[in-house]
Amino acid sequence: MEKQTYSNPVIRWVDDRLPIFSFMDHEYNKFPMPRNLNYFWNFGALASITLIVMIVTGIVLAMHYTPHTSMAFDSVERIMRDVNYGWLIRYIHSNGASMFFIVVYIHIFRGLYYGSYKAPRELLWMLGVVILLLMMATAFMGYVLPWGQMSFWGAKVITSLFSAVPIFGESIVEWLWGGFSVDNATLNRFFSLHYLMPFVIVGVVVLHVAALHVSGSNNPDGIDVKGPQDTVPFNPYFTAKDSIGLGVFLIVWAGFVFYAPDFLGHPDNYIPADPLVTPPHIVPEWYFLPFYAILRSITFDFLFIDAKLLGVILMFASIAILFVLPWLDTSKVRSCRFRPVYKWFFWLFVLDCFILGVVGAKSPDDPVFGVEWFKYVHLGQIGTAYYFFHFLILLPILGKMERPLPLPTSISESVTGGRSDSAAGAATAKGEPA
Amino acid sequence: MADSHADDENRREFLYLAAGAMGAVGAAAFAWPLIDQMNPAADVLALASTEVDISALEPGQAITVKWRGQPIFIRRRTQQEIEEAAAVDLASLRDPEADAERVQKSEWLIVNGTCTHLGCVPGNRVSDRKGEYGGWFCPCHGSHYDTSGRIRKGPAPTNLVVPPYEFLTDTQIKIG
Ligand code: HEM
Ligand code: FES
Repeated sequence: MEKQTYSNPVIRWVDDRLPIFSFMDHEYNKFPMPRNLNYFWNFGALASITLIVMIVTGIVLAMHYTPHTSMAFDSVERIMRDVNYGWLIRYIHSNGASMFFIVVYIHIFRGLYYGSYKAPRELLWMLGVVILLLMMATAFMGYVLPWGQMSFWGAKVITSLFSAVPIFGESIVEWLWGGFSVDNATLNRFFSLHYLMPFVIVGVVVLHVAALHVSGSNNPDGIDVKGPQDTVPFNPYFTAKDSIGLGVFLIVWAGFVFYAPDFLGHPDNYIPADPLVTPPHIVPEWYFLPFYAILRSITFDFLFIDAKLLGVILMFASIAILFVLPWLDTSKVRSCRFRPVYKWFFWLFVLDCFILGVVGAKSPDDPVFGVEWFKYVHLGQIGTAYYFFHFLILLPILGKMERPLPLPTSISESVTGGRSDSAAGAATAKGEPA
Repeated sequence: MADSHADDENRREFLYLAAGAMGAVGAAAFAWPLIDQMNPAADVLALASTEVDISALEPGQAITVKWRGQPIFIRRRTQQEIEEAAAVDLASLRDPEADAERVQKSEWLIVNGTCTHLGCVPGNRVSDRKGEYGGWFCPCHGSHYDTSGRIRKGPAPTNLVVPPYEFLTDTQIKIG
C-alpha cells in the first residue's frame, strides 16, 4: 500500500502513526474496479448497509424490549404504540430482515451466474456462505423475540430438528431449550445471541471484503483484469453507481415499511405465544421456505437413516454444498455469458429454488393445481432431487462436456468492442502491456 | 555434546507437550460450566408434578394440562376407540407397542401431546381434525396418530410418549 502525504497536518500526524487515511484511500478511493461491472455488483454494498441499519435499529429496539415470556409480547406492542417512533424503528427492523435476505440472495445468484466462486475467489465465496449461515441463525432468533404464536412454534420446530441426532438428540434439545420445552430460558438466550451474532457477522464481512480486495472483483465477462486499461477507480465510478442502487433499494424498503409493513410477516405472530396450541398452519418466514420444503419432502427412510434425520441432513446439506461448489463446477470459464448450455441450467436452478419456496409455503398434503394424486410433497421431492442433481451431477459433468463460446481478449476490448476509446485512452496508453 | 543437545530437545518437547496438555485440560474444565449453564436449571427441574381432577370428562372427551411446560393430553376413550386400539396388528406399526402397555386403565389414555416429529401440538379439541386413525392429527407436517397415540402415518418416528403418572383416586391423577 502506497502511503500518501497529506497536506493537512492533523491528518498527516495521524496517518504517520496509524495509516487509516492511506488505507481508506487505497481500498475505497483509488481501488481499481473492472470497468464493465453491471448493477448486480451493487448488492454487496447494499448488504453491508443493510447490516448497519439492522444493528442501529436493533440496538434501539433493545432499549425498550423485555426478554421475558410474560412481558416480551407486550413490550413489542408497547414499542408499536407508545414508544416515540417505535413503530417506525420496529418496522424498519422487521422488514429489514427480509430486505437483507433479498439482497443477499441476489448477491449469491449473481455469484452463481458469473462464476464468482471460482479460483482465485473460493475462500471469498466460502466466507460468504458462512455469512449466510450466521444471518439465518440471527434472523431465526430475532423472529422468536416478539413471542407471538409463530415465534414460539417456529422456535419449537427448528430447535426440535436437533432431536433427530442419534442418541444425543434429546439431551441436545434440552440443552438448547434450558428446560423441557421452549420457555423463558430459551427466550433469554436467544435474545443474548441475537444481540451478539450481528457483530460476529460484521467480523466475517471484514474478512470477506479483505479477501475481495486481494483478488479484486469478478466481472460480467468473468475474465481477469489484465491492466489499468481494464479498470476504473472505485471513487467516483462505483460510489456513484452504488448510490443509485442504494436509492432504489431504500425506496423499496421504505415502500414496505410505510405501505405494507406486515405484508411479509404472519398475522399469527400478533397472537401471544401459547405453548399448548399450535396454529393450524405454521410456516417459516419466506426466506427459509425452500429449505423448509427440502426438510419436509423426506417422508421415507433411507438405509439405516430414518426420514426425520434424513430431512434434517439434507436441509443442512443444501447450504453446506455451497462450500464445495468451487470444486464441483469443473468448467474453467466463469461467466454464463460464455457458457451456452450452463446458462439454461442456471435459470432452471433458479426456477427450482422458486418452486421449492412455493412448496415450503403449502400444506404437504394439498394437491398441486387440483390434481389429486400429485401433492405438494411430491413436487417438493422432485424439487429437492433436482437441487442436489444440479450440484452433484450436472455441474461436474457439464464443465467437461460443454463447449464454451470464445472469450473476449480483455475487458477493455469487450466494453469498447475493439474501438479506440477516449475515456480510458490515457490509461491505455500508459498501461497496455506490449 | 551432540547427545546432550538431543536431550535438551527431548526435554523441551516434553515440556511443551506437558504445558500444552495442562492448558487444554484447564480450558476444558473452564469450558464445561459455560456449556452446562445452558442445561435445565435446578428450579426448572424442580417443577416435578401436576395433579388433575378428571371427574368432569365424558367418554369421547379430552383435556390438555400443562406439565413441565409441555401439553399432556388426557383422553377418556369410548368403547369403540379402545377396541380399535387393541385390534391393531403390532407388526404393522412403525413403533410397535401394545395398547395395554400404554395405559393403566383402558378408558384413560394419558400421553404427552408433543408430536415426536418436531414438537408441534396436535389439536385436542372435539372439533379438531383427528386424522385417518381417529386419534390425533399434527398439522405441522401431517403426522397421524391412532387412538392409543401411536404413530401410524406421516413423518413422526415414534409414538406419543406416555408420561409417568398415577391414579390417586378414581377421579384424581398425578402426573410426574
Ligand atoms: C444481522 C442483523 C439482524 C437481523 C437479520 C435481525 C432480524 C430480526 C428479526 C427477523 C426480528 C423479528 C422482527 C419482528 O417480527 O418483530 C428481530 C427482532 C429484534 N431484534 Fe433483530 N436482527 C438483526 C440485528 C439486531 C441487533 C444488532 C440487535 C441489537 C440488540 C437486534 C435486536 C432486536 C430486538 C430487540 C428485537 C425484538 C423486537 C421486535 O420484535 O421488533 N437485532 N430481529
Ligand atoms: S411436528 Fe408434528 S408432524 Fe412435524
